[in-house]
Amino acid sequence: MAERKLFTGGEFLVTEPRSDDVFAPEEMTREHKMIYAAANDFVKREIDPNIAQIEEKSEALTRSLLKIAGEIGLNGTDIPEEYGGEGMDKISTGLVSDVIGGTASFAVSHSAHTGIGTLPIVYFGTHEQKKKYLPKLAAGEWVAAYCLTEPNAGSDALNAQTTAQLSDDGKYYLLNGEKIYITNGAWADIFIVYAKVDGEKFTGFIVERAFPGVSSGVEEKKMGINGSSTTSVVFKDCRVPVENVLFEIGKGHKIAFNILNIGRYKLGAGVTGGSKMTIAEASKYANAREQFGKTIGSFGMIKNKLADMSIRTFMAESIIYRVAAMMDDRFRTSAIGAKTPATENAKMLEAYAVECSIAKVYCSECLDLCVDELVQVFGGNGYVAEYPIERMYRDARINRIFDGTNEINRLLIPGTILKRALQGRLSLFDEIQKLNNENNVYSFDPTKLDAALLGIQKYMLTTCKKILLISVGAAVNKFLDSLAEEQEVLAMMADIIMEIFAAESGLVRAQKHAAAKGEKKAVYHIAAVKIYMNDMVPKVVHWAKQILVASAEGDHLSDRLAVVNKLSAYPPVDTIKLRRLIAEKVLKTKRYPF
Amino acid sequence: MEIIVLLKQVPATESLIRIDDDGASIKTDDIKWVVNPYDEFAVEEALRIKEAHGGSVTIVSVGPEKASEAIRTALAMGADKGVLITDPGVSDFDSLIVSRILAGALKEIPFDLIIAGHRSVDKDNSQVGPATAELLNIPHISMVIKQDITDSKIRCHKTVEGGTVVLEMSLPALITTQRGLNEPRYASLPGIMKAKKKPIDVKTIMDSGFDGDPIGESMVKTIVMKPPRERKDGIMIKGDSNLAKAAELVRILHEEAKVL
Ligand SMILES: Cc1cc2nc3c(=O)[nH]c(=O)nc-3n(C[C@H](O)[C@H](O)[C@H](O)COP(=O)(O)OP(=O)(O)OC[C@H]3O[C@@H](n4cnc5c(N)ncnc54)[C@H](O)[C@@H]3O)c2cc1C
Repeated sequence: MAERKLFTGGEFLVTEPRSDDVFAPEEMTREHKMIYAAANDFVKREIDPNIAQIEEKSEALTRSLLKIAGEIGLNGTDIPEEYGGEGMDKISTGLVSDVIGGTASFAVSHSAHTGIGTLPIVYFGTHEQKKKYLPKLAAGEWVAAYCLTEPNAGSDALNAQTTAQLSDDGKYYLLNGEKIYITNGAWADIFIVYAKVDGEKFTGFIVERAFPGVSSGVEEKKMGINGSSTTSVVFKDCRVPVENVLFEIGKGHKIAFNILNIGRYKLGAGVTGGSKMTIAEASKYANAREQFGKTIGSFGMIKNKLADMSIRTFMAESIIYRVAAMMDDRFRTSAIGAKTPATENAKMLEAYAVECSIAKVYCSECLDLCVDELVQVFGGNGYVAEYPIERMYRDARINRIFDGTNEINRLLIPGTILKRALQGRLSLFDEIQKLNNENNVYSFDPTKLDAALLGIQKYMLTTCKKILLISVGAAVNKFLDSLAEEQEVLAMMADIIMEIFAAESGLVRAQKHAAAKGEKKAVYHIAAVKIYMNDMVPKVVHWAKQILVASAEGDHLSDRLAVVNKLSAYPPVDTIKLRRLIAEKVLKTKRYPF
Repeated sequence: MEIIVLLKQVPATESLIRIDDDGASIKTDDIKWVVNPYDEFAVEEALRIKEAHGGSVTIVSVGPEKASEAIRTALAMGADKGVLITDPGVSDFDSLIVSRILAGALKEIPFDLIIAGHRSVDKDNSQVGPATAELLNIPHISMVIKQDITDSKIRCHKTVEGGTVVLEMSLPALITTQRGLNEPRYASLPGIMKAKKKPIDVKTIMDSGFDGDPIGESMVKTIVMKPPRERKDGIMIKGDSNLAKAAELVRILHEEAKVL
């Protein structure tokens, strides 16, 4: 196999990746599969039998489970071996999140601990800080929490009012302020806290619960994830030794935002595991429940749901492991390890900010689609508390809110891409320019199709990229510097970008799978891509036209609308038949079918 | 202490089992393969003995090439090395042939103790452990739930109808495991990475030490496989009080199930 090309963030919009450039889950190594099996074993043996008790919000139980996870190595995939972890690749981290993601409240406690709680030290800590904290965190002996949000600093995280004042003897900082909605808030032994030094320099600190002046508020009463702890954490003249400043004074935003990037990736992996679980639950029930003398799984509309859940989850999974491999490739370019300087780590984590936001938004919305359809498949049983389904529905909802709301992430996706284009890091404007030449814009022409499998779909994907560029070009032209004010336009750009990334990840995956195992074995992959592209193009066209009418008028507008119309003409696929095919497989295997 | 574990890869019990068109074997496409659960007890016990007495643990398996995954899992739990004896026809071998192959291979590997699962959850024959011991001419104790090694003797507990018996034999010997012997450890992530470098020796039957040539026909053949009868869903008995529920239960048992 050829070496994977090292992509820059957002580059997928302006290039055609070869299939060798996109990692597919089917390419997992033997060790990856064993990691997946080990994590599954853990969930089956330790979590599943305890789900009801976890739901009671038991600190003792969650702590003991985190310890067992630590013994197996499930807390330390990102922690270098030197500090008690396994120093594994991001695919392995993704696999662990994927499996544990199906465990509701425990998934949230585990993810906050191993992700946003631990990673600031992994990537931004000094050797001494790492030596002191990471082995305990890897072992699950200590639990970590991440304190960014405040009453007046939610989405606007930099608006923090917590302050840090250096003591007269210069030995410690005095922290004062209140953080709210902190996961693991009542249980954590250490907190990553952001505060403003001298009221202005936004800075990260590692705060131990044992430090004087730390207290947790009462548990929030929540819609879901009730087995996880969410409290305020108050710092009152809390004495934090200067050695516990994380990274540099005034550079807290570098930690906060870059850790959120990786946190978003992990969240995406976790919710994808959750989506897989909903498919298993739905198909088991659809096989068992009978109405009108038949199992409900035999009804077309139920099949449709099983197929839609599976197809979306297929794309989510394709995104997750593609992004994991991109990050791994990027990390491999530097001598990543225990000694990599924090500034270098910051660059690595920032590289795929766009892809991480896509993973977060796409996969959390996939889970919401899945839990919604799951309730529907269960009918009344989906609504009553005797079954776990209504809990899954409630648990899922938080994922669109924390780690940056999906609105904030939708702004970040085109925002980051445009910023990089302006900095010359992404050749976006050149590509837009090229489309001013008619010859570079062509309508559907079968003779120009890639003869390869899914040629039409691949062609349509290229077309969607063009449609996006045309609409982005028009919007930039019209709004110039005030584009940031046009959130509706930006959100539609984000949606198109996400759809393109998802479809491309799934498409290349299907092509690779067919190439490796033969078309017959890849029928479900192929069907998923055909259905997805068929349904996606009209949506992309709709958004693009909305962007265009908001951005252009007169001939300018009508010319472009005509181009979009011409580009988007293509033969529809019989998705009813293909959806049934996928649903049959789900019903037969009673699980996520890919 | 040189310990051998006899290990088999089997379909996970939660796999969807479908009978193949020949009616006498199963379809393997959608199956998830795992270490036979009783063999996991064997691996765990071997590791505990090694931790207490020193020595090494070798996993020996007769199976298709895919079975190396199961050996690899045992290596990730902490075993030291593996031997896979493989043959295209292996899934059709009866227990005696498998035992002869294992006995042949074990003549070439020094050991003090062999541990095997008392049965494999796929074919449920409970034969390979004892037959291998017989062919090696060593003593064996089956369905062990506790063991102790002192000097060159092993003392084993096993459950019998209504109680427990304690048995003792001299090493080298073979024991088979019963549920309750131990709680198998996880294949940890660091263990998985270490297992990457541990050797698995893959051999054909003919170079494994097998002395019969040719292998010969299986003397026991599978004629037909039948799925279990589909189980009906349970019913919840409703009632305002326990008394009312009990009354309803009696009514159903009497009038509908007609067992009372
Ligand atoms: C259960 C739970 C656990 C949490 N865990 C943690 C944790 O461990 N650590 C931590 O630091 N925080 C945590 N949070 C906080 C969480 O990250 C914030 O709630 C989230 O960032 C949103 O902030 P907010 O609640 O202040 O909402 P707001 O920022 O007030 O947002 C309200 C609405 O306005 C929208 N909005 C805001 N700004 C814009 C904008 N510029 N453009 C368009 N729309 C906008 C939002 O998308 C949202 O829809 C947790 C929250 C919950 C509920």
